[in-house]
Amino acid sequence: MSTALLDIRALRQTFPKADGGELLVLDGVELELNPGQIVGLLGRTGSGKSTLLRAIAGLAPPSAGSITYMGQPVVAPPPGIAMVFQGFALFPWLTVLENVQLGLEALGLPETEIRKRALAAIDLIGLDGYESAYPRELSGGMRQRVGFARALVVHPNILLMDEPFSALDVLTAETLRTDFLELWGDGKLPIKGVVLVTHNIEEAVLMCDRILLFSSNPGRIIREIAVDLRQPRNRLDPQFRDLVEKIYVAMTARTAAPPRVGTVATSIDTILPRVSANLLSGFIETLAAEPYSGKADLPVIAELLHMEADDLFPVSDALQMLRLVEVEGGDIKLTETGKQFVEAGTDDRKKIFQRQLLTYVPLAAHIRRVLQERANHVAPKSRFFDELEDHMSANDAEETLRSVTAWARYAEAFAYDDDSQTFSLENPT
Amino acid sequence: MRLNVPISVGGWGRFFTRWDVLAVLLILALLVFLAEASRHLLQPLAELQRQPVSLDPANLPDYAARTTLRMLIAMALSLLFTFTYATLAAKNKRAERLLVPLLDILQSVPILGFISITVVFFMALAPGRVLGAEFAAIFAIFTSQAWNMAFSFYQSLRTVPTELVEVSRNFRLSPWMSFWRVDVPFAMPQLIWNMMMSMSGSWFFVVASEAISVGNTTITLPGVGSYIALAIEHRNLAAVGYAIVTMLIVILIYDQLLFRPLVAWADRFRFEQESGVLAPHSWVLDVMRRSRLVDRLTRPFASLLRRLLLARRSKSAAPVKREPRNQHGWITFQWAAIVTALAAVALWQVARFVTQDIAVSDVTTALLLGLATLSRIVVLIALATVIWVPIGVWVGTRPHVAERVQPVAQFLAAFPANLLFPIAVSAIVAYKLNPNIWLSPLMILGTQWYILFNVVAGAAAIPAELRAVGANLRVRGWLWWRRIALPAVFPYYVTGAITASGGSWNASIVAEVASWGNEHLEAYGLGAYIAKQTEAGDFHRIVLGIAVMSLFVVLINRTFWRPLYLYAERKFRLG
Repeated sequence: MSTALLDIRALRQTFPKADGGELLVLDGVELELNPGQIVGLLGRTGSGKSTLLRAIAGLAPPSAGSITYMGQPVVAPPPGIAMVFQGFALFPWLTVLENVQLGLEALGLPETEIRKRALAAIDLIGLDGYESAYPRELSGGMRQRVGFARALVVHPNILLMDEPFSALDVLTAETLRTDFLELWGDGKLPIKGVVLVTHNIEEAVLMCDRILLFSSNPGRIIREIAVDLRQPRNRLDPQFRDLVEKIYVAMTARTAAPPRVGTVATSIDTILPRVSANLLSGFIETLAAEPYSGKADLPVIAELLHMEADDLFPVSDALQMLRLVEVEGGDIKLTETGKQFVEAGTDDRKKIFQRQLLTYVPLAAHIRRVLQERANHVAPKSRFFDELEDHMSANDAEETLRSVTAWARYAEAFAYDDDSQTFSLENPT
Repeated sequence: MRLNVPISVGGWGRFFTRWDVLAVLLILALLVFLAEASRHLLQPLAELQRQPVSLDPANLPDYAARTTLRMLIAMALSLLFTFTYATLAAKNKRAERLLVPLLDILQSVPILGFISITVVFFMALAPGRVLGAEFAAIFAIFTSQAWNMAFSFYQSLRTVPTELVEVSRNFRLSPWMSFWRVDVPFAMPQLIWNMMMSMSGSWFFVVASEAISVGNTTITLPGVGSYIALAIEHRNLAAVGYAIVTMLIVILIYDQLLFRPLVAWADRFRFEQESGVLAPHSWVLDVMRRSRLVDRLTRPFASLLRRLLLARRSKSAAPVKREPRNQHGWITFQWAAIVTALAAVALWQVARFVTQDIAVSDVTTALLLGLATLSRIVVLIALATVIWVPIGVWVGTRPHVAERVQPVAQFLAAFPANLLFPIAVSAIVAYKLNPNIWLSPLMILGTQWYILFNVVAGAAAIPAELRAVGANLRVRGWLWWRRIALPAVFPYYVTGAITASGGSWNASIVAEVASWGNEHLEAYGLGAYIAKQTEAGDFHRIVLGIAVMSLFVVLINRTFWRPLYLYAERKFRLG
């Protein structure tokens, strides 16, 4: 019998697909949470980290593998695991006090006890004076404090946090993080361990004792990083920066198979990141300009552009896919084609973009080929959607089609008419 | 607040699924069953004593109170139905497949045609005859209230935000508790809005259901409706006037004491808080909230309610099941067997009925009459559109005007238009006008307001920025209407027009035949057909009429309104 709060072995999660097949979301996940630890799950969109969190909470049972909480298998939402949500998930029709009391009411405690504990939690988390306010009267930061109070009031052993700071502005998020770490460090929180889901690399390094890096599609743990820095941590500390850089390298190394010049991917099963052509050109121009002159450190350029890793990676992925940049060892560098693109005028840029798109994005090439083969050069969207759905979830298929449409429009490679939901080669004249 | 659409607009799929077919079949079978049962029950009821109704205006407060009470009882039943039926449909995938089409078809059945059948049925069931008649009237009102409430509740339950569901499960709320703490509050604003709609709609039916003749049975329940019927028989215009004034007062009281406080109270349950929209106010609610006496009186109830809502907390949360995949073969089989059996019984009922007493010529006649009524409704909706859309846009773009017009339009929609029929009919008789043309406007008298207040709401919702752009680019005249105003109000208009069209079909049953004393007017149409067969007590042809009318309504909803609504939502929805 281990002393771990939480023990996850060989966890696998699949979701049913429209065609009856299965979509693999999480695979071979092993995780152990010991008392006194904050474990971070860090990964990009689509890495299944939120799914894992929901499995731990007993909200979505895994397809295979085991989750053991304090020696008991998790089959239903267990007592002693409370969750803080990204979107706060407060009940708008309940006051702050009533929201906090909800979990205690479900426990069936006497009314006086409920009140006492709720007020104590409100006091602890700095919500004094807001008891009778409705959530809509509060700022985002205060709302998330209610979310924390509501979770802590049931005195959980494990606190699950699903990107709790990502819906807040930078300053508010930082205040809330610091407050939380202070309470945690002083042992004032009635919790034994924390699992934090985040896509913010610095946040993970700032808060966690251990960080598990997830790959995407399907989500697998690719690396475990121990953070031995002493609390409170300083973002400017060179050791802190080194860790951040190390994680950037690890996370970009595993993104989309490293492109080798000369080979062309032939399958259309890649999920395309949702990035506008404008953002792509903007990013390239920044990269080409001083002080980078075509080569930059990923964390540095992310900070300058105020982009979080989750905003930055889709851009670098898309550019890498189009062979306009290369990413290696945490650095991003313009390719020869990328340089040509920067120097070209509007029309030539479109030409370069079209060439790259049709050469290196199999889906774009596929759509274009189908349109050329058809006598009237028109094809319904559903045709491609169904094809994509064999490889990915309906949501991803929709997003991927939107991305390729947006890029193709910029490149003038083919057109799309939303009224009739058809692709065509004709551009309106 | 915008109304939700009163028809099922699930998706672009096929017009009819097999579940729709089954639903149609079941409802038809039920009608046939009731009609058959009623036919045999009719005889012994022929000597039913008529409740003496007097035209003395002093009786009106009493009559109004009785009428209102019937509606309140029906409303309570409708809520019960809503909480059970809609919850089952939303929580049980298997039940959902049948219950939702069933509800959608039920909504299309003309309630007024239905009354005659249920009246006889209930009167035979009840031991005391007056009680039976009361049951029948309440049931008729119930059928005019329940469907759209259940529909709105079902739609709300399906859209409870995932995070809230997860919170309630994470904190291990029992199903009972999460129903009252999460599901019901979330659905509350839409539900109350639909209760108001239902209440408005049912005024219309209450008037029709209190005094009804089936064959040679005449049922009269003391109430405003029977008062009006008597006034018409006696050609007493003054009495009609008294009734109208009474109704105005009753509706006003209702609005101020019940619905306005409810709407203001339910505002806190609104999930999205649109900025710039003023929260609804009610002086009654303010008084109640601020009064210590009320607070002291209600506190024990609140505490009791609280304990009740928390009462059945489960000891442990139920394990979450993964989507079953062919592992529940036995249950699936049972379910399939039940559905098949139901379908078979229904099919047999209907088939026997059709072969027994209905000739092909009857069906053709009913279909032709249906086409006549359809063309009337199309013309009327078109006319109402041409008149009310420009007025609605004009009003909606002027907030201070809209503020005053909106409550009036809602009030007019709540006012039972059939109270005004006697006035119109006496005019038609006096001027010897053609009933085929001049009876028609009565059908839309009460329902046109839905178009008006939806368009007003739509025009008021045009973002100030869009209007500023229009002004900035000097977009004016026809171009302004074509490019800005009409597209912006289109989704709202469609919602209003769907409601108006559905209501008009129903109204045709009372509007296509009218009498004033011993003058009888009749237009050529399906509504008149149903009314006439009701009077004659010919249950087979009543069922035929209802079935054909339901068919028309369902077909038009599925082939015209639903696609139009989805198109409007996709193309013109702002934001």
